[in-house]
This record gives sequence, structure tokens and C-alpha cells, in this order.
Amino acid sequence: MPAAITHRLMVVDDSNVIRRRIERANDLPDIDFVGAARNGVEALALHEQVQPTIVTMDLTMPEMDGAECVERLIERDPNIRILVISALSDKLTAMEALEKGASGFLCKPFTDRQLNDALRKLIAD
Amino acid sequence: MPYETEVGVFIDSVLHYFSSTVQQPAQCGTPFLALSNGPDVYDYSGLIRVSGSRTGVVLFTASKSMLSVMLMRMQETDMSHDNLCDLVGEIANTLSGNARRDFGHQFAISVPSVITGRAEPVEFPANARPIVIPIDWRNYHARLIICLQ
Repeated sequence: MPAAITHRLMVVDDSNVIRRRIERANDLPDIDFVGAARNGVEALALHEQVQPTIVTMDLTMPEMDGAECVERLIERDPNIRILVISALSDKLTAMEALEKGASGFLCKPFTDRQLNDALRKLIAD
Repeated sequence: MPYETEVGVFIDSVLHYFSSTVQQPAQCGTPFLALSNGPDVYDYSGLIRVSGSRTGVVLFTASKSMLSVMLMRMQETDMSHDNLCDLVGEIANTLSGNARRDFGHQFAISVPSVITGRAEPVEFPANARPIVIPIDWRNYHARLIICLQ
């Protein structure tokens, strides 16, 4: 029987409350939380250290925003799966994130169940 | 977009925020125009600057006790000043960001800035009157203040 794949989750959001909430709410046994970053610059540095396989990414952040960070992470690792989690809930924003290489889009505010459903879909795709 | 519709967009965002994030509904009272350019605020205020198709500010303001209980409902154990600032900024960001669904992609919002206490004046655009949406949640009161040109 093949060993189950464990996914390594990095959370990127400028809100500490949201970072901690995503870490707490994740109840999928095959996802391990490996680190959190407050903006795109920190995320790129942390990526080198923890080598995540999946990422949740806010869009509106200081230093480097989420859209640019998505592009940079995809350049480094085309197989990385990124779930954009943003309050910017217009269709164009979601489409732009997907065009830059994100694999999914979840609108804030979200329930724990919606988050886990989105993470489940992210690793299933 | 008519004034009533614009206010309705923000009311819908408030109601959705509370039902999703703290799983307890909030009620919004009747919105009113602030008599002065500086409506009253509570202990913590998260401010978003709006640019693009509209300019102005969106401000969410709440008491320390309300924000603390909201954090508890989110299973958060850190009730520090920093986390209360973080939460009020995040709420302002979420309510403003959600408005883009109706206001469109050109409704650009800043990262949140946080004002603590009531002594520090909030700068609203001089030629627009702030609209105040009263918010009741459990026994607590908050306000969403919109001032858009």
C-alpha cells in the first residue's frame, strides 16, 4: 500500500488573527502546517527554508502583495498549489489570481468548514 | 449606484461577516448621516483608504470588550492589544474588500491602519458627509462609518 502523501502548508497573510485561525482550523490529517509569513517578501524567504507544497495567500499585504508573490512562487516551483484567500471578492480579482497561477480562490470571511473544503479541493486537484 | 444601494452593500457585508466569522448574527440599525465630520468612535478603529473609482475612507470601530469576545468566538487565546488592533484592521479590510463585488474592480483599497482610543481624530474627506451604520452584536455596539466621494 503506498504511503499517504503529506502536504506542507505555508500560510501568508498580514493578519496574525487570520494566520492563526487558518493554522487552527485546518483539520485535514494529510496537511502539516510548516510556517507563516506576513507578506510576500517574508513568504519567499520562508519558502526556501520550509519548502511548502501548498500555500494559502492573502492579496492585500504590505511590502509585496499576494499577486506578485503567487507569480514568484510559481516561477520557483510550478507544482506548488496556492489557495488565494482574500476579501477582494470581485470576479476580476479572482480571475487574475488564477491567471497568475493560483489553484483556487476563497473569499473572506470564511467558515472553518469552507476553509477545509477549499484545502481538500486544493490537494485533490 | 443609488445611495441606499451603496449602504445596503456594506450592511450585507457586515451581516455576512458576523455570521461567517463568529457564527452569531449581528443586527444593523438605521444608517444616518453624521452631524459633524468626526462621528464618535469606540476604543479601536480600523481604517481603509479608498481610491480609484471612488475616494474616501471606510472605518470599522468597536469596543475592546466586543473585539475580545469576537476573538474568543474565533478560538483565539491571544487577547493582547496587538491582536485587538489586528482584528479591527482585518474587519475593516474584509468589509471594504467585499464591497468590490458590487463597486467593481476599480474600487481600490489600502492596507488597514488602526487608530486606538478616541483622542486621535479620524480624518474624513472634507467634502463628503460620513454615513454611520450602527451595528449590534450580542450586548455590544460597533459602527461602520463610510465616507466616500
